[in-house]
Amino acid sequence: MPGEPKSQTGGAVETTMGNLLRAGVLLSAFVVLLGGIAYLLRYGTAQPGYHVFRGESAALRSVRGIVVQAFALHPRGVIQLGLLLLIATPIARVVFSVYAFARQGDRLYVVVTLIVLGVLLYGLSGA
Amino acid sequence: MNVFEFSLVLGAGAFVAGFLGSLTGLGGGVVIVPLLTLALGVDIRYAVGASLISVIATSSGAASAYVKEGFSNIRVGMFLEVATSTGALFGAFLAALVSTRMIGLVFGVVLLHAAYHSLRPHVEQPCGESPPQDRIATLLRMHGAYPTPQGLRPYYVRAVPLGFGLMFGAGTLSGLLGIGSGALKVIAMDQAMRLPFKVSSTTSNFMIGVTAAASAGVYLSRGYIDPGLAMPVVLGVLAGSFFGARFLASAGTRLLRNIFAGLVTVLAVEMIYNSLKGRI
Repeated sequence: MPGEPKSQTGGAVETTMGNLLRAGVLLSAFVVLLGGIAYLLRYGTAQPGYHVFRGESAALRSVRGIVVQAFALHPRGVIQLGLLLLIATPIARVVFSVYAFARQGDRLYVVVTLIVLGVLLYGLSGA
Repeated sequence: MNVFEFSLVLGAGAFVAGFLGSLTGLGGGVVIVPLLTLALGVDIRYAVGASLISVIATSSGAASAYVKEGFSNIRVGMFLEVATSTGALFGAFLAALVSTRMIGLVFGVVLLHAAYHSLRPHVEQPCGESPPQDRIATLLRMHGAYPTPQGLRPYYVRAVPLGFGLMFGAGTLSGLLGIGSGALKVIAMDQAMRLPFKVSSTTSNFMIGVTAAASAGVYLSRGYIDPGLAMPVVLGVLAGSFFGARFLASAGTRLLRNIFAGLVTVLAVEMIYNSLKGRI
């Protein structure tokens, strides 16, 4: 609405959203760091081979595979889990927006947000 | 160079990229791919995957500060995310169809544009202050207000279909190249839809993470995202942009912005040259 103060959703929702994003980034960075330390301790003296594209191993290409590898404490699996949490962070924000718009009774934007969520989940569905 | 040294070099490079990227508003993503492909000889598909992940990290980290300021227009952002996220999916599928040479070439051109965009003096568009003329924007309740020293100032959004189309393009480039394409997003909202600059830049930052998350799933399932490569990139860029944001308040960023734009231009020419030579 024109002239509506400050923002369209109110401060509380935005504060929660900001905290959600920050928590997601910090958590995933922490997991990546832990996995990274283990990775360097184990493979630090190996030779990197990124000149030729072979693609990541099948186990680290799917959500299920990554979770299995991470809980088996394979360093590369742990890093990949951290990256997955990072990808999930903006998705969580969109989920939260559905709730925020619904609470305001803004049906139009609940639908818009659900479309965005559908596209995001479709993108991840291959994984 | 073994894995340890490789990770150290990459982490340091990503730190500098994140630092300069957050200072200049260009984002770290634009230099990660050239750093990986040109300097370290990494296949561009791995490079694009690692870069895309770092884009999500910086965007979400920065957005957490922005959303609290209340400048961003959440309705405009969410509506345009329909365009950017479908564009990003399209771009990610496209990435598998076109040659790496082609990706390198398009990347070079986008880099040139980003450098040009960052150097051009910013002219504040007369943002729509007259009563709303755009029926779609009114229907979608996109108009808003933002805080200025003179108090709250209302603005009226225009050209929603054009903005939507441009955003699809921005999303496609993001999915194809693993960048945030923030510059394009700001142009679409600034010049086409006539949002005030502060609103368009914060709303854009807010959207970048969602756009990147759409194509990240496709990249992951295709094996473009390698943990050993993404780990130093993400941690380096995150740390760099954190310090960049701290530094922003204090120092003369004009010089740094020029240096960064110059660096990006050189990288753009290198990318184009190497792609034409078939080395990418």
